[in-house]
Amino acid sequence: MPRPGFVLDVDRSTPPILFHHGEGFRLEKLPPGRSRVVYPGEPLEPLEDVDGAIRHALDNPLGDTQPLRTLLQPGMKLTICFDDISLPLPPMRRPDIRQRVIEAVLDLAAEAGVDDVHIIAALALHRRMTEGELRHAVGDRVYDAFAPIGALYNHDAEDPDNLTFIGTTPQGEEVEINKRAADSDLVVYVNINLVSMDGGHKSTATGLASYRSLRHHHNVQTMLHSRSFMDRHHSELHHSNWRMGKVLRDAGVNIFQIESTLNNNTFGSSGPMAVLQKREWEWSARDRATFVAMKAGLDRLPLKARRSIFQAWRAPYGVTSVQAGEVDAVHEQTVANVYRQQLVTVEGQADVVTMGLPYLCPYNVNSVMNPILVACVGLGYFFNYYRGKPLVREGGVVIMGHPTTWEFHPVHHPSYIDFFEQVLADTTDPAEIEARYEKAYAEDEWYRHLYRTSYAYHGVHPFYMWYWICHGLDHAGKVIVVGGETRAVRRLGFTAASTLDDALEMAEDVVGRDPTVTHLHNPPLVMADVV
Amino acid sequence: MKALVYSRKPARYAAAMVAGALRAGRGARYGPLALRDIDPPELPGEGWVRVRPRLSGICGSDLATLDGRASRYFEPIVSFPFVPGHEVVGELDDGARVALVPVLHCATRAINPPCPMCQVGRINRCERLAYGHLEPGLQSGYCESTGGGWSIALAAHRSQLVPVPDDLSDEAAVLIEPAACAVHAARQVAGTEVAVIGSGALGLLTIAALAHDRRHTPIIATAKHPDQRRWAKELGADVVCAPSALERVVRSETRSMKLDSGQLTGGIGAVVDCVGSDDSLAQALRVVAPGGTVHVVGMPGVTSLDLTPLWHREVGLRGTYAYTTGDEHEPDDFADAIVLIRDLDLGRLVSATYPLARYADAIDHAANAGNRGAVKIAFDLRGERERER
Repeated sequence: MPRPGFVLDVDRSTPPILFHHGEGFRLEKLPPGRSRVVYPGEPLEPLEDVDGAIRHALDNPLGDTQPLRTLLQPGMKLTICFDDISLPLPPMRRPDIRQRVIEAVLDLAAEAGVDDVHIIAALALHRRMTEGELRHAVGDRVYDAFAPIGALYNHDAEDPDNLTFIGTTPQGEEVEINKRAADSDLVVYVNINLVSMDGGHKSTATGLASYRSLRHHHNVQTMLHSRSFMDRHHSELHHSNWRMGKVLRDAGVNIFQIESTLNNNTFGSSGPMAVLQKREWEWSARDRATFVAMKAGLDRLPLKARRSIFQAWRAPYGVTSVQAGEVDAVHEQTVANVYRQQLVTVEGQADVVTMGLPYLCPYNVNSVMNPILVACVGLGYFFNYYRGKPLVREGGVVIMGHPTTWEFHPVHHPSYIDFFEQVLADTTDPAEIEARYEKAYAEDEWYRHLYRTSYAYHGVHPFYMWYWICHGLDHAGKVIVVGGETRAVRRLGFTAASTLDDALEMAEDVVGRDPTVTHLHNPPLVMADVV
Repeated sequence: MKALVYSRKPARYAAAMVAGALRAGRGARYGPLALRDIDPPELPGEGWVRVRPRLSGICGSDLATLDGRASRYFEPIVSFPFVPGHEVVGELDDGARVALVPVLHCATRAINPPCPMCQVGRINRCERLAYGHLEPGLQSGYCESTGGGWSIALAAHRSQLVPVPDDLSDEAAVLIEPAACAVHAARQVAGTEVAVIGSGALGLLTIAALAHDRRHTPIIATAKHPDQRRWAKELGADVVCAPSALERVVRSETRSMKLDSGQLTGGIGAVVDCVGSDDSLAQALRVVAPGGTVHVVGMPGVTSLDLTPLWHREVGLRGTYAYTTGDEHEPDDFADAIVLIRDLDLGRLVSATYPLARYADAIDHAANAGNRGAVKIAFDLRGERERER
């Protein structure tokens, strides 16, 4: 039986703790007697018969809806939407769960004589997926059957001819989604819930939306009041999406939601990466030798080579649950399953939280983790992996380790470059950035062109990354980056430190001497339930 | 008297070309420039006076000459041997400090009636640079008859003298001539948006002049080195970027589209090229808007350039040379330069001075000023022993 996550109190016998550090690692000694480490749970037992579980979920839907096979009728218009390249992280080994679910749905559709089927990557303002990425997500069979006839494609949030305005929420939030989905008799949304933020009404209301719609919840005000956005009941981001979901439902957009959860088997139980999934004091001599060899090898490689190695990694996740049916009912069960794997109870907040940031976040799959994404993954994602209260007290210090190189992927992140050079050079204040710069970037024809025809994130996307961190920025008294490129770290408005010891010493200027420290040992994913 | 003299020596000139190609400024060591004892220049006629330089700057055009990069276009309008140095603050026999207006226009050559350009105050476009009672020379510092600033004394016509206000230091005053060039260049720029390529001394002064007249925003500047970036920002550039980032920045500022070649579909109305190289001119054509103008301020040489975008987008390519000195037709760029220097305390841009004897070091410093954190290098003649003879 897998062991759950837990909190380790660091004492003198505690070995150095593994910190992910971009395309590398650091081993760090945390101060004994006042530090603790939040460890993720071991991978839950996966479903033995995933395809059977999918069929069972489709035939036994949750909530007020019929089994999928009874919803499928000849002559109907069916649209299957699926989560894009940003999930899961790292990408999973083949077959991807989306492929399995989509194939099952298509089997039922074929049985029912449904022949008007479109399959859409619900990528909102993310970059378009390449053919290879689409093939990985949906499988070759589905891709070859649908893509050549134009029935498998990426959502385009800037195509005015293929967006439909649905209505507004009582709060005045405009709901505009993909026209094909809006006009369909049934939308089947195929979700991967890697974290509790994903899924629910956010799938459709965000994944298939336009900028006009997204700006109502991807903004500073909403993000500041999402505490955290991993806890949907306390997340304004989700409240807004749920309101939009109601508008969709009331307008007759019929959604059949299929959500799946994955276990924590990110690095596998064998091979050189397996050591990353073990607790340090349980490392065998072989594990230690493997780690030392791996680290030494990586340290000698140029960054591009390291990046290629890491980006090629495909996680051997196990599927822990599949649930289907009405959105709310499905999502409640999904979130419970995510929490079952990831949630760890932590007593009280610390003066300092430390985190080792890995090479990957939702927006740099097969790409470069640029400094804006470093900020987002640290202060946006890791900081928000909490329920209740943040791991660090208000005014405390966030210490994150990452190389933070001044480097951008020119194809994927063109507007990020301008954002970093122009906007952050001027101000790092999210509200000011939103007021002064967002519109120009969001409506920039060049960024729009690249988003629609190349593989670029939308012009406004770096703004969303910056809004993502505003709760963390607002909460923390100081943010320190260990091992980062100084000028890039400074551009972010953070403080650079060479070592963790230096960072902890700097932190004392803010939180006083001998601060308490909590380290979030992530990944594999762990979410703190701070009580 | 002691002077740096540039002679016509083809072999030395070839050596300078080779040395200068290997390292900027190295042409001074191996080329035709030498520190010599020569007779002071005779006063060519009535209206001429002796000027004893106090500081004399090293200009980009001087460096091009010393490294053998200057165009052969100049051959008929210079005369050998000459004493370089046209950015001069000096003093007259009565001790009055003056800045030199080095252009050797009709009045200095006793040409009467003056040429059509000089008649309308455009001395910078004088048509008689090779005629009159002076040897050919577009400016003092390139003319055998007058001498130049890299010496103990030179001859100057009274029309070439601008009194230096008492509140201006020598360091500030030596920048009057290059600042007048910058003021003149800025005056030619129409519209509000402007990009300045290059943040050497001339580029920085041009940025300052553009910002000072407050007609332009944004001013985008490229700067290669950290100190140049700092200066460009301080002197009024709204956006400062690396040279390689100019296309991206202009695109972002103007919301243009960009073709695969890097050519912007839109662009910025005015580009001021203070470098004058093949690369800078090509870049200027990539970022200038259709119907816009590229102002060539930095001295170009023989250039290889694809002019297709100039033709296709109806872009103007306009040279900007020197200055005018004020009459009923043209503004006084020198007067405005003095205001500019005073307002922005531009004397700070003089980074180092050298005695004549260390001319090789001085020129090396000037030629590599950017990566050594310097802006303007000058010869300091105030301490030369011969000076008081």
